[in-house]
Amino acid sequence: MANFGVVLFPGSNCDHDCYYAIKKVLNQNCNFIWHEDTDLNGIDCIVIPGGFSYGDYLRTGAIARFSPVMNSVAEMAEKGTPVIGICNGFQILVESGLLPGSFLHNSSLKFVCKWINARVENTNTPFTYNLTENETLKIPVANGEGNFFISDENLKDIQSQVVFRYSDSNSNTTGNSNPNGSTDNIAGISNQNGNVLGMMPHPERSFEKIVGSDDGRKIFESVINWIETKN
Amino acid sequence: MKNFTVKIEVKLKSVVLDPQGKAVLGALKNLGFDEVSDARVGKLIEIKISDESEDSARSKANEMCKKLLSNPVIEDYSLEVLEN
Repeated sequence: MANFGVVLFPGSNCDHDCYYAIKKVLNQNCNFIWHEDTDLNGIDCIVIPGGFSYGDYLRTGAIARFSPVMNSVAEMAEKGTPVIGICNGFQILVESGLLPGSFLHNSSLKFVCKWINARVENTNTPFTYNLTENETLKIPVANGEGNFFISDENLKDIQSQVVFRYSDSNSNTTGNSNPNGSTDNIAGISNQNGNVLGMMPHPERSFEKIVGSDDGRKIFESVINWIETKN
Repeated sequence: MKNFTVKIEVKLKSVVLDPQGKAVLGALKNLGFDEVSDARVGKLIEIKISDESEDSARSKANEMCKKLLSNPVIEDYSLEVLEN
Protein backbone atom coordinates (compact mmCIF):
# COMPACT_ATOMS: atom_id res chain seq x y z
CA MET A 1 0.00 0.00 0.00
CA ALA A 2 1.35 3.42 -0.94
CA ASN A 3 1.59 6.38 1.46
CA PHE A 4 0.20 9.55 -0.02
CA GLY A 5 0.51 13.02 1.51
CA VAL A 6 -1.83 15.81 0.46
CA VAL A 7 -0.37 19.25 1.21
CA LEU A 8 -2.73 21.80 2.69
CA PHE A 9 -2.23 25.54 2.22
CA PRO A 10 -4.59 28.23 3.45
CA GLY A 11 -6.99 28.41 0.51
CA SER A 12 -6.49 24.89 -0.88
CA ASN A 13 -9.92 23.50 -1.71
CA CYS A 14 -9.44 20.25 -3.62
CA ASP A 15 -7.64 18.54 -0.74
CA HIS A 16 -10.64 16.51 0.37
CA ASP A 17 -11.41 15.43 -3.19
CA CYS A 18 -7.85 14.12 -3.43
CA TYR A 19 -8.13 12.45 -0.04
CA TYR A 20 -11.42 10.78 -1.00
CA ALA A 21 -10.03 9.61 -4.34
CA ILE A 22 -6.87 8.14 -2.82
CA LYS A 23 -8.24 6.77 0.47
CA LYS A 24 -11.80 5.77 -0.30
CA VAL A 25 -11.65 4.85 -3.97
CA LEU A 26 -8.14 3.41 -4.21
CA ASN A 27 -7.82 2.25 -0.56
CA GLN A 28 -4.33 3.70 -0.09
CA ASN A 29 -2.87 5.40 2.98
CA CYS A 30 -3.43 9.12 2.82
CA ASN A 31 -2.60 11.93 5.24
CA PHE A 32 -2.89 15.67 5.09
CA ILE A 33 0.32 17.67 5.45
CA TRP A 34 -0.08 21.18 6.86
CA HIS A 35 1.97 23.74 4.95
CA GLU A 36 4.05 24.49 8.07
CA ASP A 37 5.10 20.85 8.47
CA THR A 38 8.51 19.91 7.19
CA ASP A 39 8.74 16.20 7.96
CA LEU A 40 7.71 14.23 4.90
CA ASN A 41 9.56 11.04 5.76
CA GLY A 42 7.82 7.87 4.68
CA ILE A 43 5.67 9.52 2.05
CA ASP A 44 5.73 7.73 -1.31
CA CYS A 45 3.85 10.37 -3.27
CA ILE A 46 3.18 14.04 -2.55
CA VAL A 47 -0.02 15.63 -3.86
CA ILE A 48 -0.33 19.41 -4.09
CA PRO A 49 -4.03 19.96 -4.61
CA GLY A 50 -5.96 22.70 -6.37
CA GLY A 51 -7.63 25.73 -4.89
CA PHE A 52 -6.69 29.33 -4.29
CA SER A 53 -3.70 29.18 -1.95
CA TYR A 54 -3.23 32.55 -0.23
CA GLY A 55 -6.13 33.91 -2.26
CA ASP A 56 -4.00 33.89 -5.43
CA TYR A 57 -2.46 37.13 -4.11
CA LEU A 58 0.33 38.65 -6.20
CA ARG A 59 0.38 35.73 -8.66
CA THR A 60 -1.13 32.26 -8.42
CA GLY A 61 1.13 30.09 -6.27
CA ALA A 62 3.60 32.93 -5.61
CA ILE A 63 3.15 33.02 -1.83
CA ALA A 64 2.55 29.32 -1.23
CA ARG A 65 5.98 28.48 -2.62
CA PHE A 66 7.55 30.14 0.44
CA SER A 67 5.65 27.92 2.89
CA PRO A 68 8.03 25.80 5.01
CA VAL A 69 6.71 22.56 3.51
CA MET A 70 7.91 23.53 0.04
CA ASN A 71 11.60 23.15 0.97
CA SER A 72 10.87 19.59 2.05
CA VAL A 73 8.86 18.99 -1.13
CA ALA A 74 11.85 20.19 -3.17
CA GLU A 75 14.20 17.88 -1.24
CA MET A 76 11.91 14.88 -1.75
CA ALA A 77 11.53 15.77 -5.43
CA GLU A 78 15.29 15.88 -5.77
CA LYS A 79 15.52 12.38 -4.30
CA GLY A 80 13.03 11.10 -6.88
CA THR A 81 9.79 10.94 -4.87
CA PRO A 82 6.78 11.35 -7.17
CA VAL A 83 5.13 14.77 -6.73
CA ILE A 84 1.93 15.77 -8.49
CA GLY A 85 0.60 19.33 -8.51
CA ILE A 86 -2.94 19.72 -9.75
CA CYS A 87 -4.26 23.08 -10.98
CA ASN A 88 -3.18 25.54 -8.24
CA GLY A 89 -0.72 22.82 -7.22
CA PHE A 90 0.77 23.04 -10.74
CA GLN A 91 0.97 26.83 -10.38
CA ILE A 92 2.80 26.45 -7.05
CA LEU A 93 5.32 24.00 -8.57
CA VAL A 94 5.97 26.42 -11.43
CA GLU A 95 6.45 29.38 -9.07
CA SER A 96 8.80 27.31 -6.91
CA GLY A 97 10.94 26.54 -9.94
CA LEU A 98 10.41 22.77 -9.75
CA LEU A 99 8.71 22.97 -13.15
CA PRO A 100 9.37 25.34 -16.06
CA GLY A 101 7.01 27.98 -17.44
CA SER A 102 4.49 30.35 -15.97
CA PHE A 103 0.74 31.05 -15.91
CA LEU A 104 -1.37 33.82 -17.39
CA HIS A 105 -5.07 34.64 -17.25
CA ASN A 106 -7.08 32.42 -19.58
CA SER A 107 -7.11 33.91 -23.07
CA SER A 108 -10.92 34.16 -22.84
CA LEU A 109 -10.58 36.02 -19.50
CA LYS A 110 -13.25 33.66 -18.18
CA PHE A 111 -13.07 31.02 -15.51
CA VAL A 112 -13.32 27.78 -17.48
CA CYS A 113 -14.92 24.74 -15.88
CA LYS A 114 -15.56 21.87 -18.26
CA TRP A 115 -14.59 18.40 -19.44
CA ILE A 116 -11.53 18.27 -21.65
CA ASN A 117 -9.48 15.53 -23.26
CA ALA A 118 -5.88 15.23 -22.19
CA ARG A 119 -3.71 13.38 -24.69
CA VAL A 120 -0.89 11.37 -23.14
CA GLU A 121 2.39 12.57 -24.65
CA ASN A 122 4.91 10.77 -22.52
CA THR A 123 4.79 7.57 -20.50
CA ASN A 124 8.20 8.02 -18.84
CA THR A 125 6.76 9.42 -15.61
CA PRO A 126 5.48 7.46 -12.60
CA PHE A 127 2.07 9.02 -13.23
CA THR A 128 1.80 7.85 -16.84
CA TYR A 129 3.75 4.63 -16.39
CA ASN A 130 0.65 2.48 -17.10
CA LEU A 131 -0.79 4.66 -19.82
CA THR A 132 -0.35 4.52 -23.57
CA GLU A 133 1.07 7.32 -25.67
CA ASN A 134 -1.62 9.17 -27.63
CA GLU A 135 -4.52 7.85 -25.56
CA THR A 136 -6.88 10.54 -24.34
CA LEU A 137 -8.18 10.93 -20.80
CA LYS A 138 -11.49 12.63 -20.13
CA ILE A 139 -10.81 14.87 -17.12
CA PRO A 140 -12.33 18.23 -16.09
CA VAL A 141 -10.50 21.55 -15.89
CA ALA A 142 -11.54 24.40 -13.58
CA ASN A 143 -9.30 27.45 -13.77
CA GLY A 144 -9.13 31.19 -14.33
CA GLU A 145 -5.38 31.41 -14.75
CA GLY A 146 -4.65 28.11 -16.40
CA ASN A 147 -3.02 29.57 -19.48
CA PHE A 148 0.37 27.87 -19.40
CA PHE A 149 3.00 30.14 -20.92
CA ILE A 150 6.53 29.44 -22.01
CA SER A 151 8.61 31.40 -24.51
CA ASP A 152 9.17 29.89 -27.97
CA GLU A 153 12.84 29.60 -27.19
CA ASN A 154 12.29 27.59 -23.99
CA LEU A 155 9.48 25.56 -25.52
CA LYS A 156 12.02 23.67 -27.64
CA ASP A 157 13.93 22.63 -24.53
CA ILE A 158 10.92 21.21 -22.68
CA GLN A 159 9.33 19.16 -25.49
CA SER A 160 10.39 15.89 -23.89
CA GLN A 161 8.85 17.05 -20.59
CA VAL A 162 5.35 17.59 -21.98
CA VAL A 163 3.14 14.92 -20.40
CA PHE A 164 -0.37 15.96 -21.48
CA ARG A 165 -1.76 18.13 -24.29
CA TYR A 166 -5.34 19.33 -24.68
CA SER A 167 -6.86 17.51 -27.64
CA ASP A 168 -10.19 16.47 -29.10
CA SER A 169 -11.49 12.96 -28.37
CA ASN A 170 -9.64 11.70 -31.47
CA SER A 171 -6.28 12.82 -30.06
CA ASN A 172 -5.98 15.84 -32.37
CA THR A 173 -4.55 18.91 -30.66
CA THR A 174 -6.77 21.63 -32.11
CA GLY A 175 -7.23 25.25 -31.12
CA ASN A 176 -10.81 24.51 -30.06
CA SER A 177 -9.70 21.78 -27.68
CA ASN A 178 -7.42 24.22 -25.83
CA PRO A 179 -9.63 25.63 -23.03
CA ASN A 180 -7.40 28.48 -21.84
CA GLY A 181 -4.88 29.46 -24.51
CA SER A 182 -1.99 27.39 -23.13
CA THR A 183 1.20 27.44 -25.22
CA ASP A 184 1.32 24.46 -27.59
CA ASN A 185 -1.86 23.01 -25.97
CA ILE A 186 0.21 22.01 -22.93
CA ALA A 187 -1.99 20.61 -20.14
CA GLY A 188 0.72 18.94 -18.07
CA ILE A 189 4.50 18.89 -17.83
CA SER A 190 7.11 17.13 -15.75
CA ASN A 191 10.58 18.01 -14.53
CA GLN A 192 13.52 16.53 -16.39
CA ASN A 193 13.58 13.42 -14.22
CA GLY A 194 9.87 12.87 -14.75
CA ASN A 195 9.04 12.43 -11.05
CA VAL A 196 7.44 15.88 -10.63
CA LEU A 197 4.26 16.37 -12.63
CA GLY A 198 2.10 19.48 -12.89
CA MET A 199 -1.26 19.32 -14.62
CA MET A 200 -4.14 21.74 -15.00
CA PRO A 201 -6.93 19.13 -15.39
CA HIS A 202 -8.25 17.61 -12.15
CA PRO A 203 -7.77 13.81 -12.18
CA GLU A 204 -9.24 13.56 -8.65
CA ARG A 205 -12.56 14.79 -10.03
CA SER A 206 -12.82 11.94 -12.51
CA PHE A 207 -12.40 8.88 -10.34
CA GLU A 208 -15.78 7.22 -10.69
CA LYS A 209 -18.02 6.62 -13.70
CA ILE A 210 -20.94 8.10 -11.77
CA VAL A 211 -19.39 11.58 -12.11
CA GLY A 212 -18.90 11.19 -15.85
CA SER A 213 -15.46 9.61 -16.17
CA ASP A 214 -13.00 7.54 -14.21
CA ASP A 215 -10.02 8.34 -16.41
CA GLY A 216 -8.31 10.42 -13.73
CA ARG A 217 -7.96 7.28 -11.66
CA LYS A 218 -5.54 5.83 -14.21
CA ILE A 219 -2.98 8.49 -13.27
CA PHE A 220 -3.07 7.54 -9.59
CA GLU A 221 -3.25 3.79 -10.30
CA SER A 222 -0.19 4.29 -12.43
CA VAL A 223 1.84 5.93 -9.67
CA ILE A 224 0.73 3.27 -7.16
CA ASN A 225 1.86 0.57 -9.54
CA TRP A 226 5.16 2.43 -10.06
CA ILE A 227 5.72 2.70 -6.28
CA GLU A 228 4.90 -0.98 -5.73
CA THR A 229 7.19 -2.09 -8.54
CA LYS A 230 10.00 0.07 -7.23
CA ASN A 231 9.65 -1.29 -3.69
CA MET B 1 18.40 54.98 9.60
CA LYS B 2 16.39 56.71 6.93
CA ASN B 3 12.87 55.92 5.81
CA PHE B 4 12.14 55.25 2.18
CA THR B 5 9.09 54.49 0.08
CA VAL B 6 9.78 52.21 -2.84
CA LYS B 7 7.33 52.24 -5.74
CA ILE B 8 7.55 49.09 -7.79
CA GLU B 9 5.87 48.74 -11.13
CA VAL B 10 5.38 45.20 -12.42
CA LYS B 11 4.30 44.72 -16.02
CA LEU B 12 3.87 41.74 -18.29
CA LYS B 13 6.74 41.55 -20.79
CA SER B 14 5.82 43.05 -24.14
CA VAL B 15 6.02 39.63 -25.86
CA VAL B 16 3.47 38.19 -23.43
CA LEU B 17 -0.19 38.47 -24.42
CA ASP B 18 -2.15 40.47 -21.85
CA PRO B 19 -5.80 39.33 -22.04
CA GLN B 20 -6.76 41.78 -19.27
CA GLY B 21 -5.25 44.66 -21.25
CA LYS B 22 -7.11 43.49 -24.36
CA ALA B 23 -10.41 43.53 -22.42
CA VAL B 24 -9.66 47.05 -21.14
CA LEU B 25 -8.81 48.15 -24.69
CA GLY B 26 -12.13 46.73 -25.93
CA ALA B 27 -14.05 48.53 -23.19
CA LEU B 28 -12.29 51.84 -23.91
CA LYS B 29 -13.20 51.52 -27.58
CA ASN B 30 -16.80 50.76 -26.61
CA LEU B 31 -16.80 54.01 -24.65
CA GLY B 32 -15.88 55.84 -27.83
CA PHE B 33 -12.15 56.32 -27.23
CA ASP B 34 -11.27 55.24 -30.77
CA GLU B 35 -7.85 56.85 -30.58
CA VAL B 36 -6.62 54.26 -28.04
CA SER B 37 -4.46 51.66 -29.79
CA ASP B 38 -3.29 49.50 -26.90
CA ALA B 39 -3.74 48.90 -23.16
CA ARG B 40 -1.60 46.84 -20.82
CA VAL B 41 -2.48 46.15 -17.19
CA GLY B 42 0.23 45.91 -14.55
CA LYS B 43 0.64 46.27 -10.80
CA LEU B 44 1.95 48.98 -8.53
CA ILE B 45 3.43 47.80 -5.25
CA GLU B 46 4.43 50.37 -2.66
CA ILE B 47 6.64 49.34 0.23
CA LYS B 48 8.05 51.27 3.18
CA ILE B 49 11.58 50.43 4.20
CA SER B 50 14.07 51.71 6.79
CA ASP B 51 17.66 51.51 5.68
CA GLU B 52 21.04 53.21 5.95
CA SER B 53 21.12 54.53 2.42
CA GLU B 54 19.11 54.85 -0.73
CA ASP B 55 21.47 52.46 -2.52
CA SER B 56 21.02 49.79 0.10
CA ALA B 57 17.21 50.20 0.02
CA ARG B 58 17.29 49.95 -3.77
CA SER B 59 19.38 46.81 -3.72
CA LYS B 60 17.03 45.16 -1.19
CA ALA B 61 13.99 46.14 -3.26
CA ASN B 62 15.63 44.61 -6.34
CA GLU B 63 16.15 41.40 -4.42
CA MET B 64 12.49 41.40 -3.32
CA CYS B 65 11.39 41.86 -6.92
CA LYS B 66 13.53 38.98 -8.13
CA LYS B 67 12.50 36.62 -5.33
CA LEU B 68 8.82 37.38 -4.92
CA LEU B 69 7.25 40.51 -6.35
CA SER B 70 7.75 39.72 -10.03
CA ASN B 71 8.02 36.54 -12.05
CA PRO B 72 10.94 36.99 -14.45
CA VAL B 73 9.47 34.44 -16.87
CA ILE B 74 6.57 36.72 -17.80
CA GLU B 75 7.10 40.05 -16.07
CA ASP B 76 9.46 43.04 -16.07
CA TYR B 77 9.68 45.45 -13.18
CA SER B 78 10.99 48.92 -12.54
CA LEU B 79 11.34 50.71 -9.24
CA GLU B 80 11.70 54.15 -7.79
CA VAL B 81 13.10 54.88 -4.30
CA LEU B 82 11.87 58.02 -2.54
CA GLU B 83 13.19 59.28 0.78
CA ASN B 84 10.32 60.13 3.13
